[in-house]
Amino acid sequence: MSERSTEQIRELLDSLYRVDSGRILATLIRLLGDFDLAEEAMHEAFATALSGWPSSGVPHNPRPWLISTARFRAIDTLRRRARFDASQDELVRYLEGQRSSAERSNEEDSLEDDRLRLIFTCCHPSLEPEARVALTLREVCGLTTEEIAKAFLITPRTLAQRIVRAKTKIRETPIPYEVPAPEELPKRLGAVLHVIYLVFNEGYSAAAGAEVTRAELTGEAIRLGRLLTDLQPEPEVIGLLSLMLLQESRRAARTSPTGELILLENQNRSLWNRRQIAEGVALLEKALNSRRFGSYTLQAAIAAVHAEAESVAATDWRQIVALYNQLVQIQPSPVVLLNRAVAIAMRDGPEVGLTHIDAVLKHGQLANYYLAHSARADMCRRLGRTAEARSSYEKALALTQQEPERQFLQERIRQLK
Amino acid sequence: MKYICLGYLVPGKFEGMTEGERNTTFDECFEYNDHLRANGHLVAEVPLQPPETALTLYWKNGKVATTDGPYAETKEQLGGIQILEARDLNHAVQLVSQLPGFKYGLGPVEIRPVADLNEIIKESERRRRRKDAPVS
Repeated sequence: MSERSTEQIRELLDSLYRVDSGRILATLIRLLGDFDLAEEAMHEAFATALSGWPSSGVPHNPRPWLISTARFRAIDTLRRRARFDASQDELVRYLEGQRSSAERSNEEDSLEDDRLRLIFTCCHPSLEPEARVALTLREVCGLTTEEIAKAFLITPRTLAQRIVRAKTKIRETPIPYEVPAPEELPKRLGAVLHVIYLVFNEGYSAAAGAEVTRAELTGEAIRLGRLLTDLQPEPEVIGLLSLMLLQESRRAARTSPTGELILLENQNRSLWNRRQIAEGVALLEKALNSRRFGSYTLQAAIAAVHAEAESVAATDWRQIVALYNQLVQIQPSPVVLLNRAVAIAMRDGPEVGLTHIDAVLKHGQLANYYLAHSARADMCRRLGRTAEARSSYEKALALTQQEPERQFLQERIRQLK
Repeated sequence: MKYICLGYLVPGKFEGMTEGERNTTFDECFEYNDHLRANGHLVAEVPLQPPETALTLYWKNGKVATTDGPYAETKEQLGGIQILEARDLNHAVQLVSQLPGFKYGLGPVEIRPVADLNEIIKESERRRRRKDAPVS
């Protein structure tokens, strides 16, 4: 125990909150059986620490201290409510009787299980997809409502309502606080990975606004990926973490100092983050060796081929097309087909590529997807079909609000004249 | 972060309670306030006298004009204000959800984040300094 000033304690508690609130909350929800009560109790425990620690000193092991303080505060809260509402009596007695199980729960195993329980609850398929993202970032990552709203370019009150509704749904359904049974696991894990990748993509390619990358969100997604890799090291979990690291490694090279988007082919590859690439590739090998991998691992494998190539010309496009062919088998989405068409163009030339892109566009699902039109425009440009190229670039321009992408497309149109 | 909670009263609700109910509500409210204060969540609390006591001022043709009210009997009226310190908007929602008066249906509560005028104030100070500076 050491004495510190209130300001130092505040800073310490802020960082404890960022790192540990997810874990603490996860255990409290199990112990108290209620999301809101657990959250309120956790806030009170942090408040108690802020007022007490400057004089009493910081406990040797802050996390168990916060959990047990919160538990007592929750019992106090229920006692207070019971004074006016007799129906709460039973709950107070139940929680007081639970002390022995709370003490047993200090074993690391059950604490780790709590974090998984929290993640699976926040990403439960019966919640709206947007609510899953919001709950995960707030309850698991410890971000505030205002921070999440800012990152997703919506108002805090819209986000707050989303969270209130989701919590009501958890309570009223009720959504059980548990790690899914093994037979359900693949599907439920898929939902969790989807949430993490949504967070990553929101950060990596903002839907609107002036920044292409919002590093905080990609950072949170990677942090979640690491957490899940520790807790549930399934091949696709590892594959997703690998994919995110490999994409993130190009961040510094993706935009110019003035904010313009730089395509893969024009990126300065010396700016790629070698440490992230090395980690991503090592994870990828682990996932591939399992032989039970899926679409995230395949996408990571494609990203790794790019990461390891010295230039566009030196890229192993045959390998990339082969990986896309495998990916199409698992995930025959129009976007995957479009990406494969672009890879085929790199392998076999723009004329073949254009045939493939037009085949994808003919299905109509990508009619409003700006990247489809911009890819088509690019093929036409390389084939010298200027008028067609211009019309496709203009279609793409009309379909994106993202400023760096718009600048890029406008520049391409200017160059055609 | 600070949030202002404007507590509205549905007309007649409070008056319709028995004395016993009213006392219980008061006891619960004050006890919850003590609890909020002890945790540093209640920064300030300002109960208001009923709207019948209100006097509204207007600026009219360069003069102060006054009227009674506002009255609108059928509408919810502002009954009091609390300033809460909460981690984020959802935390404020949670604190307000446990307000006894709110749970007894006395009326809705509006939560507003405190505006940060620091930048505007700084700008204004710069403008005012420029005004005061002697012309050289």
